[in-house]
Amino acid sequence: MAENTFSLKIITPERVFFEGDVEMVEFNTTEGEIGIYKNHVPTTVIVKPGILTITMPEEQKIAALHAGFVEILQDSVTILAEIIEWPGEIDEERAEEAKRRAEERLESKADGLDTLRAEIALRRAITRIQAIK
Amino acid sequence: MASMRDIKRRKVSIESTQQITKAMKLVSTVKLQRAKVRAEQSKMYFKCIYETVNSILARSTAINHRYLKEGTCDKKAVIMITGNKGLAGGYNSNIIKLVTRDSRFTKENTVVYAIGKNGKDTMRRMGYEVKKDYSEMVEEPIYHDASVIAKDLLEAFEAGEIGEIYLAYTFFKNTVSHIPTLLKLLPVDMEASAPDAGDAASKEAEKKDMIPMNFEPADEEALDLIIPKYITSLIFGAMVEAVASENGARMQAMDSATNNAAEMIDKLSLMYNRARQSSITQELTEIIAGADAIN
Repeated sequence: MAENTFSLKIITPERVFFEGDVEMVEFNTTEGEIGIYKNHVPTTVIVKPGILTITMPEEQKIAALHAGFVEILQDSVTILAEIIEWPGEIDEERAEEAKRRAEERLESKADGLDTLRAEIALRRAITRIQAIK
Repeated sequence: MASMRDIKRRKVSIESTQQITKAMKLVSTVKLQRAKVRAEQSKMYFKCIYETVNSILARSTAINHRYLKEGTCDKKAVIMITGNKGLAGGYNSNIIKLVTRDSRFTKENTVVYAIGKNGKDTMRRMGYEVKKDYSEMVEEPIYHDASVIAKDLLEAFEAGEIGEIYLAYTFFKNTVSHIPTLLKLLPVDMEASAPDAGDAASKEAEKKDMIPMNFEPADEEALDLIIPKYITSLIFGAMVEAVASENGARMQAMDSATNNAAEMIDKLSLMYNRARQSSITQELTEIIAGADAIN
């Protein structure tokens, strides 16, 4: 199986989040969800909040990926993530709370509401909740 | 010769100063260790994003993007990262000198975005325009702070208020060596932006091997999103490095202050002992002279 793997690096401003050889990686981009195998065409994509799935020969890992961009080369993928977390690091109550707040704000349609910000907050909260489940 | 009491008073005052500098040294040593770990951890991201953006720009030739072109306005914005406090040797003044001694930055065409009270106050006193102040972020920089700064700057850039953005910070080479550095952020300078890029020849060779890069979404849109992230991460990296440098500089400054105080105390002890000896001699002489007079 070794010949089907490529190296994946996930880096955040604070730490190296993940580094290793993987078979496939899936995540959400501005153009929709994509999955990447080895020998992908060199591409740069922008991340949209969503679940990141890392498939390794023995196991599968998931994480909540919120923002960043990805450089895909034939034999390596680098995810420069601004915000990413393992399910174990997510506070479920806080995420639920944030989801409720964002929904309220969107429904209230108050003057001077930063719709974009509220939508991003909502999407983040939903991603977090999905990642736990 | 000064009197014994004067010398003693001075010695005591220097001793208490020495205690303070010693304590400050210990504090900044601990802070430095923490800041160093952080700087090393984020260096990876810093380096990666730098390389990635450079390789993206190298692969995609002839992009005509607004972030890559000279702005129409001749105002220059400088982000100056200094400390909130002094007593750090040349740390603050080196950054200030770096900007004020540079002939490109005149008082008329420069707008200062200050991170750090010391730089803000000095620049304002010297007559520069200090537009924004982010001093509260210096101590423990987090990524979000950097993105706030980057957003402000990009807005001003897009509105045409500023034409160029520079970043002045202290590069943390190692514990004893900190280099004041000036980096051009915008417009992104594809040729000269790499501080540690290899020689031009190898770069050229590299360029030929490269497969053209695809963008999804299209080039322009992708750069729109990537460049702000790139600027943010450069600012964040610079902040983290600057904190490490500041504590390193303070540790050194306080170390030499402690040593100087020890030296002064030694000298004063010698003077004090001499003064004591001479006062005893004088007293003895007086007693002997008195006894002689009676006989």
